[in-house]
Amino acid sequence: MPIKQLDIEKVAQLAHLELADEELKTFGPQIAEIVNYVEQLNALDTSSVEPAIGGLTAEGEKTDSSRADEIEGSLGQKVALEEAPDPASGHFRVPKVL
Amino acid sequence: MSRQSVEFSITAAERLNETLNAFLEIDREGALQRATQIEQSGNQGALAGVPIAIKDNLCVRGMQASCGSKILGDYHPPYNATVVERLLKAGAVVIGKTNCDEFAMGSSNENSAFGPVRNPWDTTRVSGGSSGGSAAAVAAGIVPVALGSDTGGSVRQPASLCGVLGIKPTYGRNSRYGLVAFASSLDQVGVFAREVEDVARVLGVIAGRDSHDSTTADVPVPDYTASLTGDLKGARLGFPRTLFGKGLDDEVKKSVEAVVDVYRDLGVEIVDIELPHAGYAIAVYYIIATAEASSNLARFDGVRYGFRAEETPELRQMYRRTREEGFGPEVKRRIMLGTYVLSAGYYDAYYRKAQQVRTLIKNDFLNAFRSCDAFITPTAPTPAFAIGEKVDDPLAMYLNDIYTVTANLAGVPGISVPCGLSSNRLPIGFQLLGPYWSESTLLKLAHAYEQVQPFKERPPISAF
Repeated sequence: MPIKQLDIEKVAQLAHLELADEELKTFGPQIAEIVNYVEQLNALDTSSVEPAIGGLTAEGEKTDSSRADEIEGSLGQKVALEEAPDPASGHFRVPKVL
Repeated sequence: MSRQSVEFSITAAERLNETLNAFLEIDREGALQRATQIEQSGNQGALAGVPIAIKDNLCVRGMQASCGSKILGDYHPPYNATVVERLLKAGAVVIGKTNCDEFAMGSSNENSAFGPVRNPWDTTRVSGGSSGGSAAAVAAGIVPVALGSDTGGSVRQPASLCGVLGIKPTYGRNSRYGLVAFASSLDQVGVFAREVEDVARVLGVIAGRDSHDSTTADVPVPDYTASLTGDLKGARLGFPRTLFGKGLDDEVKKSVEAVVDVYRDLGVEIVDIELPHAGYAIAVYYIIATAEASSNLARFDGVRYGFRAEETPELRQMYRRTREEGFGPEVKRRIMLGTYVLSAGYYDAYYRKAQQVRTLIKNDFLNAFRSCDAFITPTAPTPAFAIGEKVDDPLAMYLNDIYTVTANLAGVPGISVPCGLSSNRLPIGFQLLGPYWSESTLLKLAHAYEQVQPFKERPPISAF
């Protein structure tokens, strides 16, 4: 199915990307070509095939990933904020929401 | 001794980086300090004093982790990846962080925000990707070993294009904690080296269960070096004839077929195998990988770390501008594609369908391994291509991963082994793929080949 210009803009919005007009113009046909390519999968009848979601190996699925509910060391507020673009009074500050 | 080899590596990295652009950070002072410390403490770890390079999407405390992206250009993670922690415990010395395609998305390293890595065999050509810096650093003799990550071939393909060994272990063999996520069901940390024994040693150090990554499996880690016996008695190697057809460079084909003959001479039984769904792998991969990437990369929004766009008085505008200015074109393209295939109304048609075909590909592998212990393919369809040759054609670039993505989709391990040079002196590699947890078998097969056909050639840009 051909992707319309409109769809590209909608997808950019969903992805939180403010694409430039130039990018919309190049990405449109490129993404359409890739989507067209992946649609070859429709040639396969998969009506009775389980999707491979979840673990890939039996051993991985068997592994118990639970652990004791105990407090362990963590980064702490100071270190966790060190890489923040705009930390303020122990918080991550952001521009106004409304 | 350790200080001497670390000093050699750092000097070589500094000297060759202008040409290769393989490193994004070189830590002369820190590495020398640590080397001295290790020497004085008499550390007897398996990698005591060994200089090592780490791909810039793995966290090393005190160093940057840009992932080849502007959005994390100045990011310094406050913790070590588990694989890095284990290397350090074994005495390894991290000398630097290596260049890569932005967020490991690419097959040529041209998607790095900090410029492409140049191939030490011919600096007008790509190193492969996405772990191109690690591959080039090992190929040029700067370090004996390096870590990379492999989501669709990002260790094996650059290994092949640069003429070194590169292994992607079974999904769940290594911890992904501290590896910046691209596609979580495909990502796996891998090892580059020039000798099979070094691959075995480093893999043995980093592998195993980690409570910080619930997808690591509780499977014992064998002594991989003990498997390098050279004894291939009774071994069966699969040969998927149909993968040696259309699109494969003639020299690569001949070279890999010659490897099959070498194995036959070593007493290995060659068995024909079929992988009926291999032709669908790229389509499946680019749905699943982009879908997972679009979710994983949602965290880069200018709030907690990394780059934030300036003069954005409103929150949503800040998110959008930060991402627009911070990400490069390929990352945006993949986020867009992933968002599209997951969007309302398309999920079943694309994502679910791809996961179903992934099951078929996995079943192909399980069937193939009923009649062989491992099978052989080329690693990449051609030797290293020219920088700039494929940048405007994303689909052509994606098809470069045709031999490697299946292993990530099925979750099985794979290794790329150098097997000679093309007529214009570019490395060619073959790939061995094996069943789950068969790293020992792959290393044994690679080692036996190395014993009879050692790859002794060195690139023109080199520290040797």
